[in-house]
Amino acid sequence: MMVAAGEIFAQISPSTLVPTPSIDWEALVPYLLLAGGGVLLLMIFSLVGKWLSSSFASYFTFAIGLATLGSSFALWRRIGDEGATSTLSGMVGVDRFSVFITGLIGAVVALVALLSHDYIKRERLWGTELYVLLLLSATGGVIMAGANDLIVLFLGLEVLSIAVYVLAAMHLRRSTSQEAGMKYFVLGAFSSAFFLYGVALIYGAVGSTKLSYIADFLEAGSLEKDGLLLGGFALLLVGMFFKIAAVPFHAWTPDVYQGSPTPVVAYMASAVKAAGFAALLRVFVAAFESYQGDWQPIIYVIALLTMFAGGAMAIVQTDVKRMLAYSSISHAGFILVGVQAATDDGVAAALFYLAAYAAIAVGSFAIVGMVAAGARDSNADNTGESMGESMADSTADSNEATSENHIAIYRGLAKNRPVLSAAFMVLLLAQAGVPFTTGFFAKFAIISAAADARSFWLAVFAMISAVISAFIYLRLLVAMYLPDQQNTSESSLEKPSILEGTVVALTVAFTLAFGIIPGYLYDLTQEALIALVP
Amino acid sequence: MERLVWLIALMPLIGFALLLVGGRRLGEPRAGLLATTATAASFVASVLVFIGLLGLEGDERSVTFTLFSWVPAGDLSVDVSFLADPLSITMALFITGVSTLIHLYSLGYMHGDENFSKFFIYLNLFVFSMLILVLSDNLLLTFLGWEGVGVCSYLLISFWFGDEANASAGKKAFVTNRVGDFGFMVAIFLTFGAFGTLNYNDIFADTSVVTSTTASAIVLLLILGAAGKSAQLPLYVWLPDAMAGPTPVSALIHAATMVTAGVYLLVRVNPLLAVADGWVLDILAWIGLATALIAATAAIAQRDIKKVLAYSTISQLGFMFVAVGVGSYTAAIFHMITHAFFKALLFLGSGSVIHAMDNEQNMSRYGGLAKFLPVTAVTFGIGWLAIAGVPPFSGFWSKDEILAGAWNNNKLLWALLLFAAMLTAFYMSRAVFMTFFGEKRWGAGAGNSSENMTETDEHSAADVEISSADDVEVADTANIGAAKTVSTAPHESPPTMLMPLVVLALLATVAGVLNLPFVKSTHFLEKWLEPSLYHNEAQLGFAGGTKWVLAAVAIVASFAGIWIAVQFYLKKVAPTRLVELDIFARAWRYDETITKVAGGPGRRAFDKIALFDRRGVDGVVNGVGSLVQTGGHWLRQFQTGKVRSYALGIALGAVILLAYFIARASF
Repeated sequence: MMVAAGEIFAQISPSTLVPTPSIDWEALVPYLLLAGGGVLLLMIFSLVGKWLSSSFASYFTFAIGLATLGSSFALWRRIGDEGATSTLSGMVGVDRFSVFITGLIGAVVALVALLSHDYIKRERLWGTELYVLLLLSATGGVIMAGANDLIVLFLGLEVLSIAVYVLAAMHLRRSTSQEAGMKYFVLGAFSSAFFLYGVALIYGAVGSTKLSYIADFLEAGSLEKDGLLLGGFALLLVGMFFKIAAVPFHAWTPDVYQGSPTPVVAYMASAVKAAGFAALLRVFVAAFESYQGDWQPIIYVIALLTMFAGGAMAIVQTDVKRMLAYSSISHAGFILVGVQAATDDGVAAALFYLAAYAAIAVGSFAIVGMVAAGARDSNADNTGESMGESMADSTADSNEATSENHIAIYRGLAKNRPVLSAAFMVLLLAQAGVPFTTGFFAKFAIISAAADARSFWLAVFAMISAVISAFIYLRLLVAMYLPDQQNTSESSLEKPSILEGTVVALTVAFTLAFGIIPGYLYDLTQEALIALVP
Repeated sequence: MERLVWLIALMPLIGFALLLVGGRRLGEPRAGLLATTATAASFVASVLVFIGLLGLEGDERSVTFTLFSWVPAGDLSVDVSFLADPLSITMALFITGVSTLIHLYSLGYMHGDENFSKFFIYLNLFVFSMLILVLSDNLLLTFLGWEGVGVCSYLLISFWFGDEANASAGKKAFVTNRVGDFGFMVAIFLTFGAFGTLNYNDIFADTSVVTSTTASAIVLLLILGAAGKSAQLPLYVWLPDAMAGPTPVSALIHAATMVTAGVYLLVRVNPLLAVADGWVLDILAWIGLATALIAATAAIAQRDIKKVLAYSTISQLGFMFVAVGVGSYTAAIFHMITHAFFKALLFLGSGSVIHAMDNEQNMSRYGGLAKFLPVTAVTFGIGWLAIAGVPPFSGFWSKDEILAGAWNNNKLLWALLLFAAMLTAFYMSRAVFMTFFGEKRWGAGAGNSSENMTETDEHSAADVEISSADDVEVADTANIGAAKTVSTAPHESPPTMLMPLVVLALLATVAGVLNLPFVKSTHFLEKWLEPSLYHNEAQLGFAGGTKWVLAAVAIVASFAGIWIAVQFYLKKVAPTRLVELDIFARAWRYDETITKVAGGPGRRAFDKIALFDRRGVDGVVNGVGSLVQTGGHWLRQFQTGKVRSYALGIALGAVILLAYFIARASF
């Protein structure tokens, strides 16, 4: 023992250098941009904050988001030339899959930064913390997308989640926001524990947390007894299902979405979900590929449950934010159908769906936020009462008259705000999967991937659930476009600010452009392959 | 320059988009000018592509320009790409050219309409769809354009939808076309099944992969589709009613361009027609002939000037079908072009007359208008001579080609078609004489011609009878029955309306030079179209002398038609009711019979189906709906809002997952 120690010390003599891992700085640019940007923003505002306008933080975050998107395009091209690599001792993978998710998260950060600008002004929540947390949380998401090691993945998950817990509770004067943050935190910590224990079990079974090692080890079939490994699967899945809000791990979603600040909800529904799916695809479809037969049935059942329960619950909601929360659960179920296929086409379809849904979710929640602001202005006296109420489906009915997101507020919206209503119509139709929107091709790609993987019944059920959930969006559309009978007073909804309008216009343009011409985006997703380089 | 083909379709799309955003703000006349400019730019682009193609060798005159991959999924890969070849560019040239003129005309015609900018939005969208239809390099994109023009046609027929008749005419066109579209759609599926591709060049590269039976099935279904869009038997009934739309729309969509789409489609897939069984083409030719005859006889007895022109259009489209059926593709395209010129001219001329006569469309209230509307009268007269087949006007040359093709195929076909040509000369002469010559039957002079009035009343009575069978006719009857009096003397239309008339009149006069029959070297159109026709053009199997005799016979026939009309309508040697038979006025009762069947036994059958739909299908759907609702309400009770119950859900889920995996594990 002493001898061995002596040998080690002998190696670290002044003449020989410690072998540090090579660092591919270029590949780390997106990470550095987001994390560094967050820290820098915090510093700037601590030091010279009083001389800066509140818009500065928003534009700064917007620029960081765009830069992240731009750097992922550069990386994408580099990978095309040099192939996928890994860096930091193989801890971080640099492949087109992670770069795709990185770009997606960057774009979402940029859009959410614009949305937050108006939200903060309207709600008088002065401070830059929202932007800082947004950037840090996005860093965690990007880490999750590129993690080549279960420990790194867990780190990313925590960096992402802890920031989002605080973001959910960001609205200090609203008890619903506090409640949302609290619920999310308690349940998130609970499920993180499952995840961590799963990592431990897999380490126990395989002897490594490195995904490439695990993949080779399982491929070789050198595992005699797989009890530990399969137990690890179960617990990892619990953590991931919680993040993507799959039934029965979904219960937090409607409460948290309803209570959290709307820009944060837009971020949660798009970027957080994308990061969760990235982890699921990277770990299960790529690393645990040779154990497909064991985990696919679980995804199959969970996908079914998630699609149908999400859709059914959405239909009976009267609060639009809650309705969209349940509909996002239903969408997650749809993406799980692509995961279940566990083929390259399935991964591509899931990525297409994630990109399409990210745009739809950001746009939809932006509109919901605008309408809610208008509604709050028009019955400012009543809102105070509803704030004290706790959120749950069972109590949602009691305060519906005063809820700023109640479906009744959308009645006759098309007459007062035709352009906004038309934009919302496009986004809702896209969610329903109507042709010439991205939603159609996303669903089409998922279903055809499932059919190619011979999961015919799942494909059929996915189609049925698409029909059922179409009802959710039609209900909202009908409310918007049928004339308002009772409420004759003009809605006091102001003209959307330029920033909010830009966000909605961009998301609608994305939804229509890639709905009419899905080719480009589809080619990108087809090339975004996962590569586990050791 | 042939790479610019995408510009042709882009221009009207830009016009459409700009008008959609700011059309109302631009207002009259700027919105219309913008639309006209867009179409004119598209015409310029077509000319550039045409020049580019001319610079290439004959065999290389087929350039594909891919914009982007549209449906990239699996086996079915469809690109949005344009095919610039002689056939498509010929179509694009006359579509954009005629469209530009009609846009210009509409500036005057739609003056003061409250939906002025909306009209041009639709018009530009129509031109865009039509160009997509002809420029596409695959069946699916063609179908998209096909549906696009259908929608525009529906929107424009019922443009003045305040009037119930216009709205229902639009619906009738839409529904009838659906029958044809169904055929087209199934043909697309069959083609994909047989060839594994929808791209024209790939399909035509090797047509031997399909049996003649499959090819026959595809072609028959395409004929059904073409019959819907090009208003042939058994689906022609929508076109006469479609005249409810504004006159420029009738000229552009229901005479010059959209209705020729069926003919274009059949010419486009000529390699498939070549593989199909012979009897399929015979059916095509006889459908065309029957339509040509029925519509020509119906045109004889119409009082509404636009109805005469509508039946005339159907009849002329029948000529083109015959041409395709006998393999004279060049003749079909040739007649399509000349017809576009002279029929657009006639429609625009009729619009000018209607405009001058305070929206009166009944020819028995016209008469002697030549001296009031000199420009309209002269240009309309040129259109008349062109369609009647009087040399040297363009219609003579193209119709002669079709007759020669028919003679080559079947003598009986030729004889009957010649009769239809004679009827054409007769009914058009009748329309011209009733409108521009004779004594005036309007305004203060109306009372003088009591004979004419009684005749009109008789006729209106017949019309009322028809209308009891068919609601759609009500408006026309109302139009005809209402005794309008023109307070002031009719005046000539504004220059924006007359200019297109003059240009079209020139074109209708000289378009014959496109393909003169004298020597081989003057067959310009035939040589130009050759690369698109893959040597499928039928070769005439008779000597040049026969051709001259046939031409002479055709000239005699058209002069005979005009001479008979002179006897009846100018010299009045016999009462006109000898030729204006009731059965003609009702178009052989075809439309009524369909309406009666559809409204009687058909309706009862559909009621039964609707009942089944309500009880059966809707029951299932509603059942699923309420099941989902119940399920949702049931699930709601778990959404308590309490963190501990949510955590319990997660824990239970974890336990189930663990249990499942452990059950599969080996320890």
